[in-house]
Amino acid sequence: MPLTGIEIFKLLPRTNCGQCGVPTCLAFAMNLAAGKAELSSCPHVSEEAKAKLEEASAPPIRPVTIGAGEGQVKIGGETVLFRHEKRFENPTAIAMLVRDDMSDDEIAARLEKFRTLRYERVGLMLKPDMVALEAASGDPERFARVAARVHADTGGAAMVLMSEQPPLLARALEAVPGSRPLLYGVTTENLEAMLELAKAHQASLGVKGNSIDEAIAASQKLLDLGCKNVVLDGGARSLKAAFEEQVAIRRAALLQKFRPLGFPTIVFPCRMTDDPMKEALIAATFIAKYGGIVVLSDLEGHSLFPLLVARLNIFTDPQRPMATSEGIYPIGNPDDKSPVLVTSNFSLTYFIVSGEIENSRVPAWLLVQDTEGLSVLTAWAAGKFVADTIAALVKKSGIADRVSHRKIVIPGHLAAESGALEDELKGWQVLVGPREGAHIPAYLKNWQAA
Amino acid sequence: MSWLAFTIPTITYTGKVKEISLGPPERAVKVGNAGCYPFHLFEGEMGNPPRIAMEVYDVTPEDWPPAAREPFADVLSDPVAWAKKCVDVYGAEMVCLQLVSTDPNGLNRPAGEAAATARRVADALTVPLLVWGSGDVEKDAEVLRQVCEACEGKHLVVGPVQDKNYKKIGAPAIGYRHTVIASTPIDVNLAKQLNILLGNLGVPDELLVMDPTVGGLGYGLEYTYSVMERMRMAALTQQDDRLQFPLVCNLAKEVWKVKEVRLDDPKLGDPGKRGILMEAITAVLLALAGADVLIMRHPEAVRLVRGYLAEMMGVAA
Repeated sequence: MPLTGIEIFKLLPRTNCGQCGVPTCLAFAMNLAAGKAELSSCPHVSEEAKAKLEEASAPPIRPVTIGAGEGQVKIGGETVLFRHEKRFENPTAIAMLVRDDMSDDEIAARLEKFRTLRYERVGLMLKPDMVALEAASGDPERFARVAARVHADTGGAAMVLMSEQPPLLARALEAVPGSRPLLYGVTTENLEAMLELAKAHQASLGVKGNSIDEAIAASQKLLDLGCKNVVLDGGARSLKAAFEEQVAIRRAALLQKFRPLGFPTIVFPCRMTDDPMKEALIAATFIAKYGGIVVLSDLEGHSLFPLLVARLNIFTDPQRPMATSEGIYPIGNPDDKSPVLVTSNFSLTYFIVSGEIENSRVPAWLLVQDTEGLSVLTAWAAGKFVADTIAALVKKSGIADRVSHRKIVIPGHLAAESGALEDELKGWQVLVGPREGAHIPAYLKNWQAA
Repeated sequence: MSWLAFTIPTITYTGKVKEISLGPPERAVKVGNAGCYPFHLFEGEMGNPPRIAMEVYDVTPEDWPPAAREPFADVLSDPVAWAKKCVDVYGAEMVCLQLVSTDPNGLNRPAGEAAATARRVADALTVPLLVWGSGDVEKDAEVLRQVCEACEGKHLVVGPVQDKNYKKIGAPAIGYRHTVIASTPIDVNLAKQLNILLGNLGVPDELLVMDPTVGGLGYGLEYTYSVMERMRMAALTQQDDRLQFPLVCNLAKEVWKVKEVRLDDPKLGDPGKRGILMEAITAVLLALAGADVLIMRHPEAVRLVRGYLAEMMGVAA
């Protein structure tokens, strides 16, 4: 539970030394409460106070980091039930299941898919995040060998090592030193041994309950023993029950500050159906509704891609419009006779306009102006997408070297700018395009360079 | 060690979504009536499950990817046969006729022709019919007015009714007893305002549903998703009477127009399955956000989502 400024003030030295940058401890406390300062700015705060403040300021769902180096994945840290209340912090990690009793060929094929199924979109790389390796063979040597293989072939992707037997996990952990995987699953029976392993290898622990009460029991015990890198599974294996479980855990953590459930979750769509299409819908559900890690039975481009895009949508910060970078975007191999269109850099605008240009099958140059992520009409109203700015972009972009004609198409909503733009861009003819993206194909089909 | 068995922290709901009957009274499909957040059945009643309307076009679609055309290849040029196929073969609970031919930026076919098509489809159907205009404010005013008139007694659901044409469409809808779909551009306040305006015009609550405007997967879905969650929150926990109407999501046409359903790239897997999943995942996310009616296209996406909804409602076989 967040502390108030006064509560924080009581924990500070109250010397008003000013070394934190503000004149009084009270002012500093107020800034801390408002999230405008860091506790580390105070050189004199006691260790005891520091611990208390950190505990109090920890998000209701602890952030947990799994893996090391480039493959590292961060989950949890969530603070809201609905994304519009603030934002969802750490995207649901998408894991691919591998079993150590699969053939070497099958494992190789899966790891190949894990490596290659990645997609660039709005300058972001969309890709699966983790491999969940299940000890199904029962052979510690085999499990360790496959773990090492996964680690090597994925370039150190974060792993979930799935077994309830500490000796099996111990052998695998030796084979992938420093990989800091998630060890799943901890039960009340194996808890002490699992905790020891986790401590020795800086691994996180995945609690595996057969019910939410069992998960709470194990998680509480881990908390009592000082373990904070925990991931929860309450054991639900039907869509409806798992949905309820995810809502229960998120609510208990946020609304009741119930620490034993204040951890990210792991969900297993792969165990809820045998139909891969249905599995994709289940996975989408837990991307939207509170899954920390979602484990898929396999990766296929036709399901992975829509899921990655769904995740991108849900985890977009609602307070910050997504933007694409300024510049010239060639669409469909344009040449010097192809039309030049200009638009704003709000991602959605860019997607729609570029998509419609593709739909038209008329190759074109799309000039995207940095409008600070605002849409065409909003940017225009704010004076950020007007004759001056467009003229400046046309000049600095070098588009004049790419085309032999001198015509530029502006969005229909910017019709009022056309006169001023022609004054600014000597020698260019400014054409007013459609107001709606959907009308671009019809417009372009009638476009003539000469 | 001992503790009380864990119980889910519940939310107290103070409002409810209105229940609206769509279609002719003797075979109406009821939508809405939610008294809790979507699928939060542990703390309330959801009323009616989200319903699926399958869409039909008034003119042969020229630009659909093969996967979307294939199931309807024999009926694409005949909206009546198409609508019947949706019901007879694919078990559609409702049908939505998309009057794209009337778009002034496209074929710009006359309103009278569209109204006649709507009448023929309505005559052939035993399930409720939604009729969706081109979205052009002026043309829709004319098209949907004529549709209302030509389909007197058919109890259609007509839209999109926007703030700039609500009088011209609302009045004939009241006169001929059709339900109107109040459409606003992804904005809670504008939605509320349009509902108030329609009420002032005389549209009774039982003839009103809402269209929040749908962005497809990867193309603004998150805006629709959050605006719907906010609308539901206002309806259920803030007693906002003017937002307590069922939500209709016209999603398939948004999903199937994007380039990602067309690309041929081995990394993107099977194009047909990809399109189906993009449609079905969009539908699932909208249902989680509060959709009461999902307007869908591909029979396989419909089948998947139908099964999904049944499972979420706890009625799965």
